[in-house]
Amino acid sequence: MKLADIILPLLVLFIIIYGIIKKVDVYDEFVDGAKEGVQIGISIFPYILGMILGTNILLKSGLLDLIFKLLSPIFEFIRFPKEVFPLAILRPISGNGAISMLNMILSNYGPDSFIGRVASTMQGSTDTTIYILTLYFGSVGIKKTKYALKAGLIADLAGIIASIIIVSLIFGK
Amino acid sequence: MINYIWAFFIVGGIIYSIITNNFSVINTEILECGKTTLDLILKLFPMISLWTGIVTIAKKSGLLDKFSKLISPLLSKIFKDIPPSHPALGYIASNIAVNMFGLGSAATPLGLKAMSELQKLNKNKKEASSSMITFLVMNTSGLTIIPTTVISLRMLHGSSNPTEIVITSIIATLISTIVGLLADYYFRKKGK
Repeated sequence: MKLADIILPLLVLFIIIYGIIKKVDVYDEFVDGAKEGVQIGISIFPYILGMILGTNILLKSGLLDLIFKLLSPIFEFIRFPKEVFPLAILRPISGNGAISMLNMILSNYGPDSFIGRVASTMQGSTDTTIYILTLYFGSVGIKKTKYALKAGLIADLAGIIASIIIVSLIFGK
Repeated sequence: MINYIWAFFIVGGIIYSIITNNFSVINTEILECGKTTLDLILKLFPMISLWTGIVTIAKKSGLLDKFSKLISPLLSKIFKDIPPSHPALGYIASNIAVNMFGLGSAATPLGLKAMSELQKLNKNKKEASSSMITFLVMNTSGLTIIPTTVISLRMLHGSSNPTEIVITSIIATLISTIVGLLADYYFRKKGK
């Protein structure tokens, strides 16, 4: 990951040098902008708190495990690899939960297995929809999110199905 | 919708824990979720502050405008409500660019800046505008080209080729983004 490590420093370097060329008071502007960041940081706290409370109760109560068990016959029927099902459900709900689930899948099935590849692709191709939704809308005080969640979850579902199909096509089962 | 989902998580979780005699776990969770949140915020908050600072320099120097002009022909097709060369486009463009390189810590602050610019254009401040939803869908479908966390986890578990999932991830991301944008378009038209 050496190459990735250079992107951030170069980006900062470029922005500062460009600012100096354009005679911007770089330090003053930085502090002004950072102040705004402080306000954002404080305003998102309640939203993240609510989210963590909800998702952690769902996870720790074991209710999610029960849902997996109840739904697994359906997934067997449509030939959805049920080993990655918990990850597929967790991915939009909890970022940390999904990471630890991927970790478990990789250690149980191996990273180079079909299941391991599907799980890796799934994790890499979608994001924590509910978290981003509460964070982004919360930061500007939006109460009515309209069809945002629906559209986001449909995108996630497409990513999950695509992961299975693409891995089967490229690497085989 | 989010209200019902949230309520289901909590009500369902607590009732289930009582039935299965597992409620002491929930007790701990309720007592400790404040600390978990604070830990997360403490990690997130300095990064947000840092990047809103850096990006303010880029905005004052006109760099952000240049970048948004460069990419706005494409973005303005997707975000029809945003006037051309509006700063919101610049933030959206930078958020997407940074996201692609897997720099999540820099992407979130830029995304939040984009949201606050979109909120300035929003007529009903309590209700999400269609541009906001489109932007959100693009973000949640994940735009990462280099999924660094996944690669490092695969390395940890002794994969013979940890980066082989990069190509499958890119294709899957692309499909999920396109489907997301189509769904967004459909719901927007249906709502009108």
